[in-house]
Amino acid sequence: MHYESPIREPLILGDKSYHDITKDVARPVETAAPRSWWIALGISLVLFLWGVGCILYTIGTGIGVWGLNKTVGWAWDITNFVWWVGIGHAGTLISAVLLLFKQKWRMSINRSAEAMTIFSVIQAALFPGIHMGRIWLAYFVFPIPNQFGSLWVNFNSPLLWDVFAISTYFSVSVVFWYVGLIPDFAMIRDRAINPIKKHVYSVLSFGWGGKAKHWQRFEEVSLVLAGLATPLVLSVHTIVSMDFATSVIPGWHTTIFPPYFVAGAIFSGFAMVQTLLLIMRKLFKMEDYITMQHIEMMNIIIMVTGSIVGIAYITELFIAWYSGVEYEQYAFLNRATGPYAWAYWSMMTCNVFSPQFMWFKKLRTSLIFTFIISIVVNIGMWFERFVIIVTSLHRDYLPSSWSMFSPSFVDIGIFLGTIGFFFVLFLLYARTFPVIAQAELKTILKSSGENYKKLHGKDGHH
Amino acid sequence: MATTNNRIVRALYDDDDTLMSAVKQVREKGYHIDEVYTPFPVHGLDHAMGLAPTRIAIAAFMYGLLGLTTAIVMTRYMMNIDWVQNIGGKPSATWGANMPAFVPIMFELTVFFAAHLMVWTFFAKNKLYPGAKAQNPDPRVTDDKFLMEMPLHGDKEEMVAFLKETGAIEIKEEAAAH
Repeated sequence: MHYESPIREPLILGDKSYHDITKDVARPVETAAPRSWWIALGISLVLFLWGVGCILYTIGTGIGVWGLNKTVGWAWDITNFVWWVGIGHAGTLISAVLLLFKQKWRMSINRSAEAMTIFSVIQAALFPGIHMGRIWLAYFVFPIPNQFGSLWVNFNSPLLWDVFAISTYFSVSVVFWYVGLIPDFAMIRDRAINPIKKHVYSVLSFGWGGKAKHWQRFEEVSLVLAGLATPLVLSVHTIVSMDFATSVIPGWHTTIFPPYFVAGAIFSGFAMVQTLLLIMRKLFKMEDYITMQHIEMMNIIIMVTGSIVGIAYITELFIAWYSGVEYEQYAFLNRATGPYAWAYWSMMTCNVFSPQFMWFKKLRTSLIFTFIISIVVNIGMWFERFVIIVTSLHRDYLPSSWSMFSPSFVDIGIFLGTIGFFFVLFLLYARTFPVIAQAELKTILKSSGENYKKLHGKDGHH
Repeated sequence: MATTNNRIVRALYDDDDTLMSAVKQVREKGYHIDEVYTPFPVHGLDHAMGLAPTRIAIAAFMYGLLGLTTAIVMTRYMMNIDWVQNIGGKPSATWGANMPAFVPIMFELTVFFAAHLMVWTFFAKNKLYPGAKAQNPDPRVTDDKFLMEMPLHGDKEEMVAFLKETGAIEIKEEAAAH
C-alpha cells in the first residue's frame, strides 16, 4: 500500500513519525527567533525603508529623477519588473507542474517556493505602478468607464494583457497557497498555548477540522488549481515577453521570446529557491526534509533551463544574421561588441556557462557551490533583462539620438528597496507560517520516509 | 440519523492503516460512521467510508465558462460596440477580426473565475471562514491521531469492545453536541 521502489532515495530522512513532522514544522513558529533572524530583518528593513524613500521621491518629483532619457525610456524599472516576475515562476512550477507530474519531492519545498512567488510578484507589481508617474491614476489600467468620457482600455495592447495576467497570477497564487496553508494553520492552532497566538491561528485556519469530506474536496481543489495554475504560469511570462515582442524595435521583435522568457523565468526562480532554502534548511535544521536529493533535483532543473536559455541566445544571434535585416543584425552585433558588451558577456557567463558545472555530480551536491551558482544565476538573469531592454534602445534609428543609460541613486535605491521588502516579507513568513506543507508531507512518510523504506526493504513487504 | 438515542461514540486511532481497516470493519458490521477526522488526506478513505465523489471540479468548469463568456462580452462591448477605435491600423470593427488580440484576456478571465469561485465554493461548502470555531472535537487530529465519530448503536459495551478490537486506542461516549 505504501510501497515505493527501494532504488528511490528516501525523501524524509531519519527515524520520523507523524508527530515528529508536526513538531519540526511547528518549531520555528513556537520558539523565539534567533539573533541572526533579527539582524537579517534589521538589514532588510533598512533597505526597504530606503526604497520607500526613493519611491516617495519619485512620486513627488516625477520619473525625471531616474536615469532615463529620450532614447532609453525604459531601463531599470522594467528590468526589475521582469526579473521579479521571473523569480516568482519557480514557486508555481514546483507546486502546480510538479503536482500534476506527481513529483513527491516537491512537498517539502512547495510552501516556501510559493511564498517566494507571492512576495516577488508584489515587488514586480510595484514597478509598473510607479513608472506610471501618476500612481493615483493607476486604476486607469482596469476596464472601468472613467469620468472623463466613455473611453475604454485598449484590449489590443500587450501592456493591458499584462495587467490581466499579473493580477490573475498573483490572486490565484495567493488562494492556491492559502488553501494549502489552512490545515497547517489548524495544526499550529491546536498546539498553541498562548491564547493570543491561539486566537490568531484560529482565525487564519478558518476553523479547519480535517473532516473526510473536506479532505476529499481539498485534494480535488488542489488538483484543479494546479491544472489551472500550470497554463497560467506559462501565460504570464509569455505575455510579459509580448510587451517586447509585439513592438517593432530590433532586438525585441522576435517570435522566440515567449518560450525563451518562460525558460529564463524558471531558471532564475529555481536559483532563488535554492538561495532561500539553503539558508532556511540550515537555520531551521530542516536537513531531514530538504535533503541533498531536493537540492540536486533543483540543480538539474537549473542546468536544463540554463541550457535552454543558452540555446535561445544562440538562436537569436543566428536568426538575426539569417534574417538578412541589417537593423536586426546591428542590434545583436551591438549587444555583443558595443558599449554594453560587458553586460552581454556577464549575462553569457552567468547564464550559459555557469550552470554547465552542474553536469558534475560532485559540484551539484556541494552546498557551497550550489549557493554560489544560485546567486550567479540571478545576477545573470538580471543582466539578461537589462541587455534586452537597454541595448535594444540605446542606439535607435537616428545616430544623433544615440545615448547611454546610467542609473541614478533613485534607480538603485528602488531596486535595493524591493530586495529589502522581499526579504522582510520572507523573514516574517519564515517565523510565523508553517514553512513546510506538513499535512501533505505526512502522506508520503510511509512510502518515502527513510525508516519505513528500511522496514520495507528488510521484510520484502509490499 | 437512524439511531435510538442522541449519544455518540468517538474512537481514536494512531495509525492511518489501522484506521482504514477499522473503517472497513465498522461498515461491514453495519454501523453508521458520522465523520472521520484525519491530520492529512488518507488515500482511499472517502471510498472506504462510502462518500460520494466531489463535484467541485464540475463547478470549476462552469465557473471557467462563465469567465470566458464575461471576457467575450466585455471585449466585444468595449472594443467593437461602445467605442470603436482604429488602433495602429489593426482591425477593430468586428469582434471576429479582433479576436486574436483578446485571446490572452479570454484565457486569463477563464482561469480567474474558475480558480476564485471554486475556492469560494470550497470555503462555503465546508463552512470555513475566518473566525469559525475549530471543527475538530479533539486537537490531536491535526497532529498524528485519527478520530472516528459514530452514533451509539445498540449495546454500548459491545460496541466499545468491538472498536477496541479494530485497534482504537481511546474510546469515548458522550452526548451529541449537534
